[in-house]
Amino acid sequence: MADDLLRDEADLTERGYSRLGEDPASPLVDAAEVAGQDLEGPGLEPEQEVLTINMGPHHPATHGVLRLIVTLQGERVLDLKPVMGYLHTGIEKNCEDKSYWKVIPFVERMDYLSYFFQMEAFCGCVERLIDLEIPPRASYLRVIHMELNRIMSHLVWLGTSALDLGAISMFWYCFRERDAILDLFEMSAGQRMHTRYFQVGGVFEDIPTGFGQKLRDFCALMPDRIDQYEALLDRNEIFLRRTRDVGVVSRERLLELGVTGPLLRAAGDPWDLRKADPYLAYGDFDFSIPVGTVGDGYDRYRVRLQEMRESVRIIVQALEGLPEGPWIADDRKYVLPPRDEVATSMEALIHHFKLVTEGYRVPPGEHYYAIESPRGELGCFVLADGSAKPARVHFRDPSFVNLQAFRDMSVGGLIADLIQNLAMLDPILGGVDR
Amino acid sequence: MPDAPGLELIAQEIEEGRQGTVIETSFDHGRATLIVNPENVLHALTWLRDTPEQGYRFLSSLHAADYLPASPRFAVHYELLCRERVERIRVKALLNDPAGGETNGSSSAAEKLPQLDSCVALYPTAEFQEREAYDFFGIVFKGHPDLRRILMPEDYVGWPQRRDYPIGGEPVLFTHNEIESPRWFE
Repeated sequence: MADDLLRDEADLTERGYSRLGEDPASPLVDAAEVAGQDLEGPGLEPEQEVLTINMGPHHPATHGVLRLIVTLQGERVLDLKPVMGYLHTGIEKNCEDKSYWKVIPFVERMDYLSYFFQMEAFCGCVERLIDLEIPPRASYLRVIHMELNRIMSHLVWLGTSALDLGAISMFWYCFRERDAILDLFEMSAGQRMHTRYFQVGGVFEDIPTGFGQKLRDFCALMPDRIDQYEALLDRNEIFLRRTRDVGVVSRERLLELGVTGPLLRAAGDPWDLRKADPYLAYGDFDFSIPVGTVGDGYDRYRVRLQEMRESVRIIVQALEGLPEGPWIADDRKYVLPPRDEVATSMEALIHHFKLVTEGYRVPPGEHYYAIESPRGELGCFVLADGSAKPARVHFRDPSFVNLQAFRDMSVGGLIADLIQNLAMLDPILGGVDR
Repeated sequence: MPDAPGLELIAQEIEEGRQGTVIETSFDHGRATLIVNPENVLHALTWLRDTPEQGYRFLSSLHAADYLPASPRFAVHYELLCRERVERIRVKALLNDPAGGETNGSSSAAEKLPQLDSCVALYPTAEFQEREAYDFFGIVFKGHPDLRRILMPEDYVGWPQRRDYPIGGEPVLFTHNEIESPRWFE
């Protein structure tokens, strides 16, 4: 440590800097004494000085543990390098040592705000590898939970981003509604976060009595709440000035960089996998895809807010059209038998034992399955080697890819806009680092 | 997705452009895969991107995989997407392990890493993902602007997601085993 300090000081002296008052050639002088003279010299023109600073990893505005090495000239950002990996926990590697059904809770913990999407990406991928159809009720229940999760994720984004831009009260209002969603998750899946509700073959359990009514109440309330958020932010002078025309990247550049999700839609590209390549039951619902025009921070905010409204519409339709029937496939080779059958049938007991001890085997093959998460295209690649454990699980996490656009958004702008850009980018570092 | 005959046509046209590019095609679970010679992977990608009737201009994902007992041991997968027709195609470059039977992590094997041309110039989105493939599998992408480890610490030794890399074994410091690594704080 001491050596570093010494070297730095020597370096400074070499470049003509000196500590104030220590250099005999330019002793400390009274400001009033020099007021009449022209002030010159490197120390007096901070705008000219190029400074490389380190932001994070524990900066509250980086939404996780993202470290940014920022080169500044005065307030202007000249260059920026994200450094990540502080949250890397080797989930993909660990998945290779777990049987397929034990992988689900692991992958949920990657992007900790969109766990239902992670589950769907993995379960859907495995279902395609074993050619397992899921019953329509399961498909609808998955849609309901994923859209609730999308609203929840956007609420956390809205609260924390507004907090970064100085609107503290937004945080409390958003978390109030988020809590209502977590209550719904607790009711249907038994857990508030990381629910492990989706199974290969369907969902773990049917929704309980009363869930539908509670969900309907929530859907009736939510559009009003979104209006309130807009009322709080849309005419907020500070918010508008900080987001309007800030961080604009052209649509072509975003596509080159592989950016998807609300960021791309804010730039005017109506690309949404739910519409473009409908998976699950998304083909059955009537919803629209909000797009922006400019692609600045304000558009990103508007697009996400409108997406919450569309999600509410989808949930209402899914709840209305929720088909009766089983909520999990009836294939005993992959799906646990019902509890009552285990007590009476020898076959069921054997299946149960096999599924719980070894797990099911997936025939050799590989598949890539992509869905639309709150942050863009979430892809899951599973390589099966015929055993009961996957040979490779890889997640194409949208935050990881979208983060590459951060440099384009921020270079040339002010350092305060960098915070705004990061807030509107909405990266989840758990997903980036996996 | 291009269907099986469509995939054959694509393979044929790429092959006409440069002999020996496509090694094999496969079609399963409704997904078309072109297995290409790693030497010519850029040719295949450029053709798929720039031919107007193909137009696979969006690289969804780039990832590596280790098929350990198999002979070309590694593969880099390019999941390409044509947004106009919503069609996906996978290009797969199989890579031999130049370190052969030598044990992973030994000093002589450390230098011999599989190499592949970088596609960052074609698809700028691949920058982070190629770094990730390098980080976890030790696949060197020639021509990558900034090939460093991305998620693991920069001074990390070994390629952790290779199949022969053991799980666990990373010493973790707790209060009870503090004594086993004296002066850990330095």
